[in-house]
Amino acid sequence: MLETKRKEKSILTFPADREIALETNNLQVYYGDNHAMQDASLQFPRYSITALIGASGSGKSTYLRSLNRMNDGIARVDGEIMYRGLDVNADEVDIYQMRRRIGMVFQRPNPFAKSIYNNISFPLREMGIKDKSKIDGIVESSLKQAALWDEVKDDLKRSALALSGGQQQRLCIARSLAMSPDILLMDEPASALDPISTHKLEMTLNDLKEQYTIIIVTHSMEQASRLSDYTAFMHMGKIVEFDTTENIFTNPAVKLTEDYVSGNFG
Amino acid sequence: MNAKRVDKIATAVIYLLVGIVILILVALLGFILITGLPHVTWSFLTSPASAFNAGGGIGDQLFNSFYLLFLTLLISFPISLGAGIYLAEYAKKNRVTEAIRITIEVLSSLPSVVVGLFGFLLFVVQFKLGFSIISGAIALTFFNLPLLTRNIENSLNGVSNLQREAGLSLGLSRWKTVTKVVVPAALPGIITGIILSAGRVFGEAAALIFTAGQSAPVLNYANWNPFSGDSPLNIFRPAETLAVHIWKINTEGIMPDASQVSAGASAVLIIAVLVFNLGARWAGNYVYRRITASK
Repeated sequence: MLETKRKEKSILTFPADREIALETNNLQVYYGDNHAMQDASLQFPRYSITALIGASGSGKSTYLRSLNRMNDGIARVDGEIMYRGLDVNADEVDIYQMRRRIGMVFQRPNPFAKSIYNNISFPLREMGIKDKSKIDGIVESSLKQAALWDEVKDDLKRSALALSGGQQQRLCIARSLAMSPDILLMDEPASALDPISTHKLEMTLNDLKEQYTIIIVTHSMEQASRLSDYTAFMHMGKIVEFDTTENIFTNPAVKLTEDYVSGNFG
Repeated sequence: MNAKRVDKIATAVIYLLVGIVILILVALLGFILITGLPHVTWSFLTSPASAFNAGGGIGDQLFNSFYLLFLTLLISFPISLGAGIYLAEYAKKNRVTEAIRITIEVLSSLPSVVVGLFGFLLFVVQFKLGFSIISGAIALTFFNLPLLTRNIENSLNGVSNLQREAGLSLGLSRWKTVTKVVVPAALPGIITGIILSAGRVFGEAAALIFTAGQSAPVLNYANWNPFSGDSPLNIFRPAETLAVHIWKINTEGIMPDASQVSAGASAVLIIAVLVFNLGARWAGNYVYRRITASK
């Protein structure tokens, strides 16, 4: 075991029969001259939760935001992002269609300044769904999936901004789910929430992985170990190690990972 | 002197300075209202002005002021909304954008007399629009555009970037995100700005003297055909507003009750502007509460 710890980088790859939802090949992200993400090659297996961990500034959020092109106009992204045989990073991709397939939930809850109902129905109508009963159905099912339905079903007309932070965040998840995405990208979704809300959110995510592939950036090591199936550890713009969460936390291959997950770090 | 004493003196001086500002405002308002209000009656507010006899009112002027304000906003709001959206959401931070901002700044600091004379030469004379409501409305638009554009840009900038990201992440285009998410969220500020600018436009005189004219033709309020000469809606008729009326009475008024009419009209004008200012606060807060559902 001692000699494996001398590895500088260890990236798990999957056998060909494992279904991969999203994959990046040699992804590079530049903010001006700053090479913020280097040679990021990862595979995200379908119907699983992958956690991205690392210190602040390690590039986790930068990497995540590149996956659905939210860095367009902010950073330059080179390399491939393969989704269903399509390079998401190519110029000719319809990013609006793509973002409905690869949804995103942000660090701070950001519901629209509209009613709870309209927060979900408005993007659906913009998508071209006009049938009221169909929209009602999607609103209900997505709120149920996000475990918010029971709390808000009696006042869907209330402003979303009147909800608590945890409820707002679950509303944002419901809003993404209403688009019926394949993949959910989550950028520290629990960092603005209290422990009880965080717990609820994690239970929700655990249920969601039956139907969705989730990639979650988190600062909380406990959250990563509780929640995720796979974990990628990033450090200074590089992916240092990617493996099953169990291996990362109990038997990491790289010394740096071990230092980080055991807390002997920075 | 010790720190405590210095602090006390400084506090006293600051209170004194604030007191002076408030005193000036109260004295001014008090004087105008006390001398003017006794003259304000229902018939004063509704009857037409009289050039030579006592007992003239300000009915037409009041209507002209509101109508002109309405037309000005009708022209200036769409333009400044577009310009504000461009500056806040689309403009890149470069020299061209900076030049646009400076242009708007300069436009907003043009003296109103200059705007009025410019409007006179261009619209009244060159475009042969004559002294008319439309000339006045365009001149006032020049005035209003920079204020409103700046206000809309600031209101949009005040909307959190998280809202834009939310829209984009749901597959909305940038345009949809701006029009359906960002603008509605900025609405309280935009409404406040519109009403405040309305107050300024309402009280403007210098720019209108040369454009909308100083005469109030006889109006027939039963005639709603905008193309008819005596219709109040006709935009090609001259229209003396309340502020212009006050100016005119004080410079060349020959009616025996000129000073009372002037005082009464001033009181009405001041009250209207006050209502606009208070209304702006109220409307902005109301919309904000509606959106956020906070008490």
